[in-house]
Amino acid sequence: MPIANYLPTNVDYARFLPELILTLAGVLIMFLEALRPEGKRSNAGLLSILALVVALPAALMATPGPAFQGMLVIDGMGTFFRTLVIVVGLLVVFSSTDYLRRENQESGEYYALILFSIVGQCVMVTANELVMIFIGLEISSIASYILAGYLRDDARNNESALKYFLLGSFATAFLLYGVAWMYGATGSTNLTAIRASLISGAPPPEALIGVAAALIFVGLAFKISAAPFQGWAPDVYQGAPAPVSAFLTVGPKAAAFAVLLRIFLGSLEPIASRWAPAIWVCALATMVVGNFAAIMQSNIKRLLAYSSIAHAGYVLVAVAANSGTGSAAAMFYLAAYAFTNIGAFAVVTYFSRKGERYVAIDDFAGLAQRQPGMAAMLTIFLLSLIGVPLTGGFFGKFYIFKAALDSKLIWLTVIGLLNSAVAAYYYLRILVVMYFREPGESVETLPPAGALLQIAVYGSAVGTLLLGIFPSLVLDFANRAAIR
Amino acid sequence: MTLLDIVLFLPLVGFLLLLILPKESSRMAAMVLSSVIFVVSLGLLMPYWFQYPSGHTFSTDVQWISYPPIRYHVALDGLSLWLVLLSTLLTPIAALVSWNYIDKRVKEYYAFLLLLEFGVIGVFISMDLFLFYVFWEVSLVPMYFLIGIWGHERRIYAAVKFFLFTMAGSVLMLGAIIFLYNRTGTFDYGQIQGMIQTGSLVFDQRTELVLFLAFFIAFAIKVPIFPLHTWLPDAHVEAPTAGSLMLASVMLKMGTYGLLRFCVTLFPDAAHRCAPWIAGLAIIGIIYGALVALVQPNMKKLVAYSSVSHLGFVVLGIFTFTQQGLDGAVYQMLNHGISTGALFILVGYLYERRHSLEISAYGGVATPAPNLAIIFLITTLASIGLPTLNNFIGEYLVLQGTASANFGWAVFASLGVIFSACYMLWLYQRTFFGRASESLSHHMPDLTTREWAAILPLVLLMVWMGSFAQTFLPSISVQNAAILEQTKKLRTERVAIPARPVAEVSRANR
Repeated sequence: MPIANYLPTNVDYARFLPELILTLAGVLIMFLEALRPEGKRSNAGLLSILALVVALPAALMATPGPAFQGMLVIDGMGTFFRTLVIVVGLLVVFSSTDYLRRENQESGEYYALILFSIVGQCVMVTANELVMIFIGLEISSIASYILAGYLRDDARNNESALKYFLLGSFATAFLLYGVAWMYGATGSTNLTAIRASLISGAPPPEALIGVAAALIFVGLAFKISAAPFQGWAPDVYQGAPAPVSAFLTVGPKAAAFAVLLRIFLGSLEPIASRWAPAIWVCALATMVVGNFAAIMQSNIKRLLAYSSIAHAGYVLVAVAANSGTGSAAAMFYLAAYAFTNIGAFAVVTYFSRKGERYVAIDDFAGLAQRQPGMAAMLTIFLLSLIGVPLTGGFFGKFYIFKAALDSKLIWLTVIGLLNSAVAAYYYLRILVVMYFREPGESVETLPPAGALLQIAVYGSAVGTLLLGIFPSLVLDFANRAAIR
Repeated sequence: MTLLDIVLFLPLVGFLLLLILPKESSRMAAMVLSSVIFVVSLGLLMPYWFQYPSGHTFSTDVQWISYPPIRYHVALDGLSLWLVLLSTLLTPIAALVSWNYIDKRVKEYYAFLLLLEFGVIGVFISMDLFLFYVFWEVSLVPMYFLIGIWGHERRIYAAVKFFLFTMAGSVLMLGAIIFLYNRTGTFDYGQIQGMIQTGSLVFDQRTELVLFLAFFIAFAIKVPIFPLHTWLPDAHVEAPTAGSLMLASVMLKMGTYGLLRFCVTLFPDAAHRCAPWIAGLAIIGIIYGALVALVQPNMKKLVAYSSVSHLGFVVLGIFTFTQQGLDGAVYQMLNHGISTGALFILVGYLYERRHSLEISAYGGVATPAPNLAIIFLITTLASIGLPTLNNFIGEYLVLQGTASANFGWAVFASLGVIFSACYMLWLYQRTFFGRASESLSHHMPDLTTREWAAILPLVLLMVWMGSFAQTFLPSISVQNAAILEQTKKLRTERVAIPARPVAEVSRANR
């Protein structure tokens, strides 16, 4: 075949446009940062917002189809997740600016790293090829390792980054090893080809495929902080800068779930009877571990970290359902959770002040009396995390458990529902402190919130409520885009 | 858009309005808004004026969420009508009794009160199971805040306990609702009911029992039925007066309403099979609640336990599956709302004067405050079930229905009536009779105009409902007859089902 057949065409570039825009913007920010005179304020934040705003329609309107010889595929699911991570990026940038200024760390590379991480996630969610998934994962992870330790003089930041990096690389190695096994077993790294080989007349030995699937699952389970691979998450999320924690709990997680859905519900669906029990157990353990550990926490970031583990467990229930509705439910849930959690972390970002002094739950005492607006927003986010109707979190849970019941996972549903009642307890504790206690020193000294941070908080709240009152907006999209 | 939609959404509009309006005007605004809502809601009586339609009135059915098909389907019938009116009547009264009592964060307080009204009205008129669940949960949040912010010393414990108990029950109900949807493809109560009626939806015994229990436990916690009642005394004692009022008079009715509307008609077979057990629990609740009330040193706790006892009658009435039993149960729901609500208000009046809920802190109140004493006496007598006052009718009907279903139950249940006379009269004696101490008579002014305004409507209703039950009962009876018909018809069909396989087997043997 002539070499010209392998050269990318304009169509390929058009389908890859969001990633191109974000990469270019990231590189440009790095250049401008180097040329920036000492003492002049960086406008990298503005530039990254601009890039994300331009990338958003590019992602939404990308024409479906394969790109780069089928390495990437722009399908409904790819579009859904690409849009999601870009929106996540926007909200995170909005909530970061004030934070960086407060910590005197306002420099361009932060935004460049966020953009690069999002590019990696975009590649992950559109990849139709195990090697591309790996590359996307690495691009995303390396940027997030640095982000987790962004305040380099802060001991907790360093701990967070080191833990994340060491365990993360270890997990990626598992994934890569799994990819190698998969290639050995099926002779391909292309997801479509793997499926074809599994349903062909002469499928590869099940044991071989089983090992490959297990290794890949371990690698991804780490990224989504599923039990028993969740140990790193609380330390990392607690130690990282608050806006970065917000980013880490939703962006890379959503991308890793997209990959999980694509590989397991897509390619490996023919051997579902083998992996489904493993995910069943994993989902159960993740919900229980996350919820019961969260009950004990007194630090709000750590509490949200454990809660993020628990929520990964709920999404795994949807994966265990192994159906089209399950996949759509997982997508909806991730979207709702993204808005909710970024919002909650944005309020924590605002409240914690310089050096993150105020992150104990008790510090929030009486917030409702001094800052009723912010307290009301945090209430919306917490109610959504509990799963109270008219918030996105409720419909997310509802769709997930509905999908699970469709697939006859009755016990998993019952335990999941009871888990969400347990979860109500620790989220309520924050509400109790905020509304039922008298304000203390931490609340009395609270300055008003900056405009950009307010955009992040109110934007997330609007998203949370919108998904709670008109869930069809996103769910119809998710249903069309769902695998199978 | 019908009048019912307006009545439903006006409180929500009021809630948002209060958030915007300045703090100083929120008292007045809440009062005016809730009164307007009540007046508007009286319009709902129109179709029920001198006639007793059996079906839905004011029905609205539009799509809310396309997939899964969740509809905004609300409608009124003889059962919901009075409960809606009870809610709209009690909200302005709750606003009125809070007038002086609430002095911190006034704006949020009244906002939550209106949000609560929105939630409970929604519960009583939802004809879509999913919508019902949404309102069920929505009503939980404002009550949680009402107890937690404006309650007494142990308010936080009580608020969290209240939330968690209800939540634990309702997630199971959500599971059952999803299961029903997966079987039928709809959340519409009417459609599911229709499928059960025509026999196109049949559960095996075990499934039906599990589904029934999932609904039942959620409602039983709310009612509350013994032994799931432990959250109630805590919540009542710690809640502010208006919180206790709304909790006892309206929110507990959500539980009994749910039992009657959904539990019994969706799973009639399981309901019939569980009836003896549930009736047993109800009778235990009646006697246990009364006995515990007898020994309470705290007035509010006493009234709270008397609620457990009174609501035992309601549950008992429902599970007799007789026309009188059901009529009595529904009537008793309204009666309890009026008379126990009034008791909570009066206890609140005493508390505002003396800042104590201990019965021993009172004595001889009748001397300095004769009007208060008279109103309290009428309410006490109503609560005991004196003829010509409201509770008598309800209790009589329940007991009559019970006697025709199972005479033994009626004997035990009537013990509750006797006990209620004991604890209420003893409470009255210790509080109002005897010699008033110097400090007490000093701090015990008689009823003010505002207090009169809040309590008088309830006292008038006690007399009216006790003397002219004809105003209320026919529309309730019509609805109950329909419910009874639904459960009965099914039962006979269901019993017939096992016969078929037997016949087939015998044919095969031949």
